[in-house]
Amino acid sequence: MITETIKRQEIFSPSEVMLDLRDLKKVYPTLTGDYVVLENLNLQVKKEEFMTIIGHSGCGKTTMLSMIAGLNPISGGKISVLGSSIKGPGPDRGVIFQSPSLMPWLTTLENVMLGVKKVFPHATKKQKDDICKYYLCKVGLDGSFNKRASELSQGMQQRVGIARAFAIKPKVLLLDEPFGMLDSLTRGELQDVLIEIWNKEKITAVMITHDVDEAIFLADRVVMMTSGPRAKIGDVLSIDFERPRTRKSVIDHPDYYKYRKHLIDFLEH
Amino acid sequence: MSDKLIKTMRFIGLGFLEPIIRLTKGEEPNKNLILILKKIVAPIASVFLFLLIWQSSSSALFNIEATYRIEKAMNEQGKEAAYAMKLCIASGAVSCQPNTLPSPSQVKVSFYKLLEDHKIINADKKAFKEKTAELNEKREAEGKDAIVYTGRPSFVDQIITSIKTVFAGFLLAIFIAVPIGVIIGLSDTLRSSFNWLIQILKPVSPVVWLLLVFMIVKTLTKDSDTDSAFIISFISVGLCSMWATLVNTAMGVSTVDQDFINVAKVLKLGPIQKVFKVILPSSLPLIFTGLRITLSVAWMVLIAIELLAQSPGLGSFVWEEFQNGANDSNSKIIVAMFVIGIIGFLLDRIMLTIQKFVSFNKNEGS
Repeated sequence: MITETIKRQEIFSPSEVMLDLRDLKKVYPTLTGDYVVLENLNLQVKKEEFMTIIGHSGCGKTTMLSMIAGLNPISGGKISVLGSSIKGPGPDRGVIFQSPSLMPWLTTLENVMLGVKKVFPHATKKQKDDICKYYLCKVGLDGSFNKRASELSQGMQQRVGIARAFAIKPKVLLLDEPFGMLDSLTRGELQDVLIEIWNKEKITAVMITHDVDEAIFLADRVVMMTSGPRAKIGDVLSIDFERPRTRKSVIDHPDYYKYRKHLIDFLEH
Repeated sequence: MSDKLIKTMRFIGLGFLEPIIRLTKGEEPNKNLILILKKIVAPIASVFLFLLIWQSSSSALFNIEATYRIEKAMNEQGKEAAYAMKLCIASGAVSCQPNTLPSPSQVKVSFYKLLEDHKIINADKKAFKEKTAELNEKREAEGKDAIVYTGRPSFVDQIITSIKTVFAGFLLAIFIAVPIGVIIGLSDTLRSSFNWLIQILKPVSPVVWLLLVFMIVKTLTKDSDTDSAFIISFISVGLCSMWATLVNTAMGVSTVDQDFINVAKVLKLGPIQKVFKVILPSSLPLIFTGLRITLSVAWMVLIAIELLAQSPGLGSFVWEEFQNGANDSNSKIIVAMFVIGIIGFLLDRIMLTIQKFVSFNKNEGS
């Protein structure tokens, strides 16, 4: 299965690939010797692809994602975006964190503006305002531009997080279990918000999740990671549902349970 | 309407009045009556209990002192002198009153006396100003200094001087401690290199700071006729009280939530933007906690410093009264004690209100 995965990744031509992880390695030195979290991790993400990553807790998914974001140094191997390897964090890789991480002393608009100002330094005040407001409307926060982030519920805050990430127009969007802290109803709403805005923007996305249904509903491909230490890509599953998808059409699809069984079999193995 | 009023009341620290407002609006009378008992009646009762204990202990001390005096007169001058002393004490004549802890009523009398004294001095000042107005104009025209009132300051003047000094010291503490705190908070190296110095200087007593400042200021102001007492006391106050702000600012800046730092990194904010948009706002609550401690420490050491430096203010008022030893000196000292306490309390309340205003999680805190 693993060899098949590697073969399948190598068919992508360089022009198709947005994000490329080569022989990625992460080592944490400890008193009792090096702890190898990730080793020989190879993964290619195509342009305009939505990829979800699923695996057991502590297997190194978040480590991998924060390495892609540039927040965590690489111990070995290479990460490149559009062929050029990354150096530290940057706005070409937007991140939606697990906790909304909004600045609670700023309004929702100011929170989105923080990044927009940085990415579009030459735009006029009005243009920047329009960008922020456009994305805030897209995530359903039309009435809350001037509310402080601390006044919003967790779900609302994460909507701002989504708007903030899309507004800086990144090449790659990294999502670290963005809905993990929400109740299942809100999670469903936010998945819809996310997929709707993603359908428009088609930004290459890599999302970590624990939720098998979420992984299938959102993804073009689901990547399964083996348990750590020395975690790597265990298996890749292509989800061939047509887009745009609705939750109902996905669940009613005859292939749905086949995919679900595949993922659960992998996780329980 | 009433909700807004209650919110404001809570914000300025008068939240205990809430049940009265609610009761006048006819909301939940039973619950609010109990709240009034708890939050208003019980505290007032405790004040009365305090006064009662004070009264009884002061009369007990009075009796001990009186017995001692009578016995002393008996032993030294015989029976008749003792009897005369007894009568003298009972008559309440000033000359033979035992000098001990004054009773609440004596303190009250002294308080009014001090206010009266303030009025007299004020009137005196006004008269002096009118009298010298013409002369001063002339002197000014001639390029000489105006003649100023040099009479004894009143109690209220002393309070105002003290408040001015404490604010000057507090501002000095802010201007020194906040920038240094931010700078050493941002850098691990600086923090560890300054840590020893801070840990050693922090516990130094106000007295020593005063002497140190005295050494320096005395030399610097040798040739000028500036008011060095004020300068010495406010610098000492600033140096004594700034440590809480320094430590808290450094801690606040160095412990900014990693999530915020990550956001700043992903958005590639420049260093200045990072400090002003992310780090400072998120450490404001801790900085203000530090400032609050600083202000209360400043007020506390100010009294001691004024007392030692003989610079005008409440501290020297207390010390002069103690040296004075007049029969109402003790009760004046107690008046000053309460004034010091109440002003300290008010300053803390003001800081708390400002702290609530700038802090972003408004629902937390008392």
